[in-house]
Amino acid sequence: MAIEPASELASAVPEAIVAEGGRTRVAGLAPWRIALRRLRRNRVALAFGALFLVIVAMCLAAPIYASQIAHTDPFKNHLTDQITIDGVKKDVVAPSGVPIGPTYSGRFFLGADGNGRDIAVRLLYGGRTSLTIGIGAALMSTLLSIVAGTLAGFYRGRVDAVITQILNLIWSFPPVLLGIALGTALALGGLKIGPLELDGDSKLIPSIIIAIVTVPYTARPLRGQVLALREKEFVEAARAQGAGSLRIMFSEILPNLSSTLVVFFPLMVASAIGFEAALSFLGAGVRPPNPSWGTMIADGVERIITGPHLAIVPGVMLVLSLLGLNVFGDGVRDAFDPRAKVRVRRS
Amino acid sequence: MKRFVIRRILGMILVLFAISIATFCIFNVIPNSDPAQRLAGRNPTKGQIEAIRRQWGFDKPVYVQYVKTMEKVFTGDLISYVSQIEVDKEILQDAPRTFSLAIGAAIMWMAFAVALGLYTAVRAGRFADRFLTALALIGISMPVFWIGALMSYYLGFKWNIFPNGGYVPLTEDPLQWAYHLIMPWTALSLLFIGVYSRILRSNVLDTINDDYVRTARAKGLSERQVLLRHVLRNSLIPIVTLWGLDFGAVVGGGALLTETVFDLQGVGQYAAESVAQLDVPPVLAIVMFGAFFVVVVNTVVDIVYATLDPRIRLT
Repeated sequence: MAIEPASELASAVPEAIVAEGGRTRVAGLAPWRIALRRLRRNRVALAFGALFLVIVAMCLAAPIYASQIAHTDPFKNHLTDQITIDGVKKDVVAPSGVPIGPTYSGRFFLGADGNGRDIAVRLLYGGRTSLTIGIGAALMSTLLSIVAGTLAGFYRGRVDAVITQILNLIWSFPPVLLGIALGTALALGGLKIGPLELDGDSKLIPSIIIAIVTVPYTARPLRGQVLALREKEFVEAARAQGAGSLRIMFSEILPNLSSTLVVFFPLMVASAIGFEAALSFLGAGVRPPNPSWGTMIADGVERIITGPHLAIVPGVMLVLSLLGLNVFGDGVRDAFDPRAKVRVRRS
Repeated sequence: MKRFVIRRILGMILVLFAISIATFCIFNVIPNSDPAQRLAGRNPTKGQIEAIRRQWGFDKPVYVQYVKTMEKVFTGDLISYVSQIEVDKEILQDAPRTFSLAIGAAIMWMAFAVALGLYTAVRAGRFADRFLTALALIGISMPVFWIGALMSYYLGFKWNIFPNGGYVPLTEDPLQWAYHLIMPWTALSLLFIGVYSRILRSNVLDTINDDYVRTARAKGLSERQVLLRHVLRNSLIPIVTLWGLDFGAVVGGGALLTETVFDLQGVGQYAAESVAQLDVPPVLAIVMFGAFFVVVVNTVVDIVYATLDPRIRLT
């Protein structure tokens, strides 16, 4: 019955404490603190989380790098320029169209692309785009899922039927296909909903698309959780005190969803960043000449024979950030999900 | 059981109907521009736009356009804006390639995932487990279009180990068919191997301490028999379900990136190319058929699952 989670926690808490520090103070240790402590002990997850943060910081510093070290911007082409490396003058883009490879010095650190643009600079600026879209999309998707999941789970009945059907509908489309379909449709003339007007080139459009496509993946589990939560005693108690539906949703249900959301979020950011890259690769996401990791990979794959570094560099960056987020997200899940603890103990 | 199947199929038809409306809306209601003008190309005269509008029926109300389009989809009269080729012919021509890719990759990822998942579970906590789990995580983090492009450049172009592009029908030469598809299969499988092996690993670890496994050991079965016939069989159930769903998703459009990167000319690539040319009819048809396929496979999986496992609630 409703006591299940409580008893589970009661048995989990002392064990966790004995295992982690040998403290005897059982009362007053919130599940969150236990989870955070478990996460702190997971060095691998933290290291990969730090890797992602370093990438974020590097991308944030893109303008500084561009103006102070590379002396260019992400759009400026140096097709006819020459640079001096170790006293030898070299074309940025050879007459045959082959761009210069990595120089490992200030200018063109990672080489140039076919238009003579500095790859390192574009990589960092592209990272800003990719990360902004990824994090933005994950935030939007989370918000939408909370609203949809809570309303559906709390009100049940007709509201639930409508929301669940909409989620099922989105769910039944192959995600990438739905993404490029929406991307094409929206890029044709931008988006116009009442006062909200978005240009076809706007970065918000890929974020919105990704958020819509990924909503069911979070909203459905949330709905299930709300369905269970609304039957709990504390909800009944709140109702007996005279709390209205809105209040119950905000102060009783929402806080109980927080750990699920914390577990989902890093993984959602990872999938959103990957999704952006896929959309941009297919030409339905970020539009050139705006850099993003996806557009850079697309660009590089087209010219992979003249310079494999064009495709490798943005791809490595993308893989590293996804890896960082995935490993960190795994660690967070292990820390918050009691089942994960069981798994560790068994192994 | 009969009622469950009937209800599930009726629900499926409803979803299919909703999908067709949603797909139609994506291309005919959301775009903030005139389709006739798009079709007419650059600098058309007013008369040309008018003519196109009448010819394609853009002057009719939206619901009439919907019915007309659906008629065309099902009678096979849907014609591409760009190439003027009938969409269904092109799809039928591309479908074997997509299915070849999906079937081979599905077998490949299942086989590798089972082997990897079982092995890492048995070796849980040791170096082999950690190393392979790390590899699985890297596999999950690698976008298929990127690793696919690198494979086709290094393995196909530079070192010439595998043929780059090209497709040989299975009926012509099965060996060449597999040889040409091995790179796309691998690229597409990597992600799924990572995901499945990790799920299987934790499933195996969950069941390996169950009572019936201890009983099996106690009655003197070999470790191999215990693992394969008792532990694995039970751990596989959730994965097999997932397998069906993912196979549906891959055929229904998930293979699009792989096809594009390896230039396989499958259905997904057709969709991607049509999108790039803003050629709406093929995209409309493919998105719709893709979603149809996913829904049909999901329904079949549900029914099969309910038949296999009587504990499933029939609702």
